[in-house]
Amino acid sequence: MDRRTLLASAASGLALSLAGGRVAMAQAKDKVKVGFVYVGPIGDGGWSFQHNEGRLAVEKEFGDRVETIYQESVPEGSDAERVLTQMALAGCDIIFTTSFGYMDATNNVAAKFPNVKFEHCTGFKREHPNVATYNARFYEGRAVCGTIAGLMTKSNKIGYIGSYPIPEVIQGINSSFIHARKVNPDVSISVVWAYTWFDPAKEADAAKALIEQGVDVILAHTDSTAPLAEAAKTPGVVGFGQASDMANYKPSPRVSSIIDNWAPYYVKRVGMVLDGTWESTDAWEGIGGGEVLIGEITEAVPAEVKAKAMEVHDAIGAGTYHPFTGPLNKQDGSVWLAEGETAADADLLGMNFYVEGISGEIPK
Amino acid sequence: MLRLEKRPNPSRFWNYATPVLAVVLTMVAGGLMFALLGKNPVEAIRTIFWDPLFGEFAWYFRGQLLVKAGPLILIAVGLSLGFRAGIWNIGAEGQYMMGAIFGAAAGLALYPADNRLIFPLMVVAGALGGWIWAMIPAILRTRFRTNEILVSLLLVYVAQSILASMALGALRNPEGGGFPGSRNLSQWASSANPELIAGTGMHWGVVAAFASVIAAYILLQRHILGFQIRLAGQAPRAARFAGVSPNRLVLLCMGISGALAGLAGLFEVTGPAGQISIDFAQGYGFTAIIVAFLGRLNPVGILLAGLLMALTYVGGDNASTNLGLPAASIQAFQGMLLFFLLAVDLLSNYRIRPSRKEAA
Repeated sequence: MDRRTLLASAASGLALSLAGGRVAMAQAKDKVKVGFVYVGPIGDGGWSFQHNEGRLAVEKEFGDRVETIYQESVPEGSDAERVLTQMALAGCDIIFTTSFGYMDATNNVAAKFPNVKFEHCTGFKREHPNVATYNARFYEGRAVCGTIAGLMTKSNKIGYIGSYPIPEVIQGINSSFIHARKVNPDVSISVVWAYTWFDPAKEADAAKALIEQGVDVILAHTDSTAPLAEAAKTPGVVGFGQASDMANYKPSPRVSSIIDNWAPYYVKRVGMVLDGTWESTDAWEGIGGGEVLIGEITEAVPAEVKAKAMEVHDAIGAGTYHPFTGPLNKQDGSVWLAEGETAADADLLGMNFYVEGISGEIPK
Repeated sequence: MLRLEKRPNPSRFWNYATPVLAVVLTMVAGGLMFALLGKNPVEAIRTIFWDPLFGEFAWYFRGQLLVKAGPLILIAVGLSLGFRAGIWNIGAEGQYMMGAIFGAAAGLALYPADNRLIFPLMVVAGALGGWIWAMIPAILRTRFRTNEILVSLLLVYVAQSILASMALGALRNPEGGGFPGSRNLSQWASSANPELIAGTGMHWGVVAAFASVIAAYILLQRHILGFQIRLAGQAPRAARFAGVSPNRLVLLCMGISGALAGLAGLFEVTGPAGQISIDFAQGYGFTAIIVAFLGRLNPVGILLAGLLMALTYVGGDNASTNLGLPAASIQAFQGMLLFFLLAVDLLSNYRIRPSRKEAA
């Protein structure tokens, strides 16, 4: 598409949306341009790095048939709307917006460009037929890490560095704790809120505070390697890679990792734009779909612990086991899930409570 | 060795020419950096400085320049008054956040009422929020001689924590599925601050920014307070003899800059940003300090500097996406602008002399 027709299509797009938002007919394309918006720098690991790995996988898969562009460190707010518009004007056929805070901006810009597809990561608003949402079931990976944590702890204290008290993070805390408790009835969990997704200094402080409380297994829902670096200073303390594999800390303190793997989804969705079969969906895949990977469990973990963890992993992957299966009570002792009952997705997406056995309160 | 010697009479010409020279030097050094990154420097500089103004999609980007420049100008004009008088409010970022929080809270308390008075009420609350936050360092300085630079700066981090707790707690959207962030104020007619003319980027915050430039110009040129501010900065002792109360000046300058920063926050949260969120503040309050100095603490200069700064942001994003430049290189480019400005400033006020060996 050259720039002139592009301008015309942008203008007619505006006109169309004013006329009532008709949807363009799906048709196959020879070549597509794909845009990615990242909330942080790509760096050498973490959330945005993993999305960029997905972008590179798209380039590798389709070669000359795709062109990808991206922008790092886009603030959530008015700047996001401008960057999205800029990408749509630059001729992108599909744009992936990879942070929760882009939700309204994504929908606003989608209204103006009905011929461009928008995919918003971790959100729930699909106000227009050209907006899809996607996320990964990270809590499935947490179940595996929680199992390892429960068996590896000697002090029976595990620690969790939370970013923000939002449902996705609370799912992870609950899932980790449930599975640690399942293999070790004496285990307790301490949660520290860092109020950041990425801040090595704060994450290190949080890890230090946990270690001082006697915690010897640290799970984190923040992106830097700082908690692992902190764990490395104290013998006997172990942790997990988060978002990326963080293989530099192998074999200990990094005993395993939970890896965000967006490549299969990105390849699939870009392929659908090429074929003309793309439509608005809400995707939420986990271990089974390959979006959540468990990084190599190192030799620092005894073989029977590894076997137990892989058993959980394989059952979740095969779909025979749901990490939130009753009987499960809420923190206040009220019944959440009855025997054999599994959590509904809607419950998980709005999760704002701890399960029974976790002490402390979720900040309000 | 070399030493610096103050020039007895800095050139008037260079006072105005240095910002332009700094921009030119930034382009040269930035171009060199882009070339080292393997990009065509001419294309990069053109994408940053030319395309948003005159390129194909300038019809869109020109408006975005105003959106980006509006809060910068509004905050910088307020800061410049204090800076002229030697009163250093470094915490505009915190006042900006508090303005947004106060304004949003005032509006959301009345949700979902449909009343045209809600937006003006929010504007007043926003200015008040910024003013209160600036009064803390101001009163601490006038009563206890604390340093307003430190206090105002540290209050930014307090404001950041309050912002996060508001986004997660009191102001959280009850229909937001447990996610942080308030209701979208730009989607509720009573609180929305939309574009006044579609496609121009002009919203009430931009109007307020232009109005503040005019008001500050008149204040400094025609009003006794403007005279006192200039006098206090240039000759503090003379100002005291002339009956200027330093405490009154601190309260006034901090108050005005805080209120304007609060207004900027309010217009941003009701318009372009739309909601109170954890990451609502994006450094406008800090960047405005650069804008104030780049504009020579002069209202008209600040207007131009704000637009230039906005251009480096909008154009920088453009270059980053379309040419694949790393975001860090764009930030380095913006940093060069300040660096060169300070460097050429130094040379226009001082000259370099070889230092003689002093006899003991």
